[in-house]
Amino acid sequence: MRAIKILERVIATIPIMFGVAIMVFLFMRLTPGDPVDIMMGQGGAVSAGEMERLRHEFHLDQPLSIQLWLFLKDAFRGDLGYSYVQKRPVIDLIVERLPATIELALGALIFGLIIAMPVGIISAVRQNSLLDRFSMAGAFLGISMPAFWLGIILILVFSVRLHWLPVQGRIDHSAGLQEVTGLYVLDSLLTGNREAVASSLKHLALPAVTLGAGVAAVVARVLRSSMLETLRSDYVTLARAKGASEWMVVLKHALRNALIPTVTVVGLQIGVLLGGNMIVETVFGWPGLGRLVVTAIFNRDFPLVQGTVMVYAFTFVMANLIVDVLYTYLNPKITL
Amino acid sequence: MTVSRHVNSPIVGQVYVWRIRLGVWRRNAVNFVDELRKHPLALMGGIVILVYVLAAILAPYITAYDPARGNLRLRLDPPAWHPEGDWAYALGTDAQGRDLLTRIVYGARVSLTVGLLSVGISATVGTILGAITGYFRGRLDDLVSRFADLLLAFPYLIFAIGVMAFLGSGFTNLILALTFKGWVEFFRLVRGETLSEKTQEYVEAARVTGLRHAAIIAREILPNIIQSVFVLSTLRMGHMIIMEASLSFLGLGIPPHIPAWGSMVAAGRDYLLVAWWVSTFPGLAILFLVLSINVFGEGLRDILDPRLKIE
Repeated sequence: MRAIKILERVIATIPIMFGVAIMVFLFMRLTPGDPVDIMMGQGGAVSAGEMERLRHEFHLDQPLSIQLWLFLKDAFRGDLGYSYVQKRPVIDLIVERLPATIELALGALIFGLIIAMPVGIISAVRQNSLLDRFSMAGAFLGISMPAFWLGIILILVFSVRLHWLPVQGRIDHSAGLQEVTGLYVLDSLLTGNREAVASSLKHLALPAVTLGAGVAAVVARVLRSSMLETLRSDYVTLARAKGASEWMVVLKHALRNALIPTVTVVGLQIGVLLGGNMIVETVFGWPGLGRLVVTAIFNRDFPLVQGTVMVYAFTFVMANLIVDVLYTYLNPKITL
Repeated sequence: MTVSRHVNSPIVGQVYVWRIRLGVWRRNAVNFVDELRKHPLALMGGIVILVYVLAAILAPYITAYDPARGNLRLRLDPPAWHPEGDWAYALGTDAQGRDLLTRIVYGARVSLTVGLLSVGISATVGTILGAITGYFRGRLDDLVSRFADLLLAFPYLIFAIGVMAFLGSGFTNLILALTFKGWVEFFRLVRGETLSEKTQEYVEAARVTGLRHAAIIAREILPNIIQSVFVLSTLRMGHMIIMEASLSFLGLGIPPHIPAWGSMVAAGRDYLLVAWWVSTFPGLAILFLVLSINVFGEGLRDILDPRLKIE
């Protein structure tokens, strides 16, 4: 039964994916200016004859509906167009930058959850204690703080003043890392290169904290309030009455149910992680997808912008799908 | 006989209705101020917001400097309390020798205008669409709801960046980019509330008295929803201000010659080693404003609409 529900949910994302692709396509075509000019970006000056040839090659001489069909067909095959500025297929550029972005997003998510879980739980158990007030004030500060500014302040303190952590990049090249997956921390662990582990972690620390701070703040707040609710519920009273230890009550009975709303919020935060990574990658010169897009925008490299935005949206839709599936496992009452 | 004719006359009836309404509003306003006193933090947030608004309006009277013109001999002057600082430039100067405090005060204009306009337009569009689709359902509802779902598939900042990439930077485009997706949240809120309000007896009663659909939506249903819309607007305002600052930070928002906090922070990035203040102070201005708006918004929610409290 659950498998069918999950399948239904997977199928429901297909029209959304199509919609996303169509919308990105329309934005591209509705941009004022000559499409060939725009597609070429700063790719160069071409003769009128060449323009005609390109127009034919891009099917711009065809009606819009056929153009859309060809665009969708290509996108389905993983062909997201060609960057005339970088002179390479868009999909290659994206795949190349993806590991850096994944590493940063995972780092931020892990940091956010490591902070948020204990803070949320303890704040709820010790409601109105000094610790609770202090951490909730901190969380409030976290949701009101622009990520780019936090990143700069962290650089000022930990790099400029204290010289503890590097300002830019992903690893020191002297560490001599052999790439396996493209996630440097993982790679250095896999190859047993201690120097690389330290170097990659040091480089990851500030960007991950910057990106994860907002996540930590939001998740801690939600977890705290849903814990407060479950701690007041009848089944927790019953568990206490049965003589379960307080530790057991909090972690097994209250937390498990409090996680249900929290998972939804974490799912929504993935959107924030994806958007925020453009900012954080710009602040820290992190060579990921976010840097790629921002540079592409300034180069007016529209095929690349279009492809990357589509990949971002797809990732977000997929992430939400995974969260929804996870949700059914956490909460047997809910069917998708 | 004369009396009943009197009351039935449309003008007298309207005056009567409006007098009751004014009375209710006055009482609500008095209650609201009383409630706000019980939320000292929210009150403080409100006062800080007011200070920002006044500073933005009165900018030319607060500072004698031109936000756009600098003095290159005063490049990167440190803040006043620094040994080399000067009280004439309380927060120091930037790389072009422009007074930071002046630029921050003028920057409030951009942030507040963008915040107000983008939230205002989003709320208006979302409320109208939500009320209509929630009341009538049907094909339009399907269409708008599907479109809203589609917009939700894009992370907000990425959507805004994508739109700005194609439209180009500038004030109008920025508002467009922010509202293009911003209305969805208001639409979903109002649509849901309208759906549930519609089943209430007072709507049926209004229908029986022969009121037209448009009048029922505008005069009967919307007044019951508007508080929630107001609360959501406040809570979204801080978010919009951060979005504008983020886009300006990336160089995709407000054109560089207009002082905006986001681009000021970005400009300071090149001088972190020698002049920490250039990036720090504009960021603090954002933080204080957004913090105040959020505190005020949460207080407002507790007072006006505790149901909205998701957490």
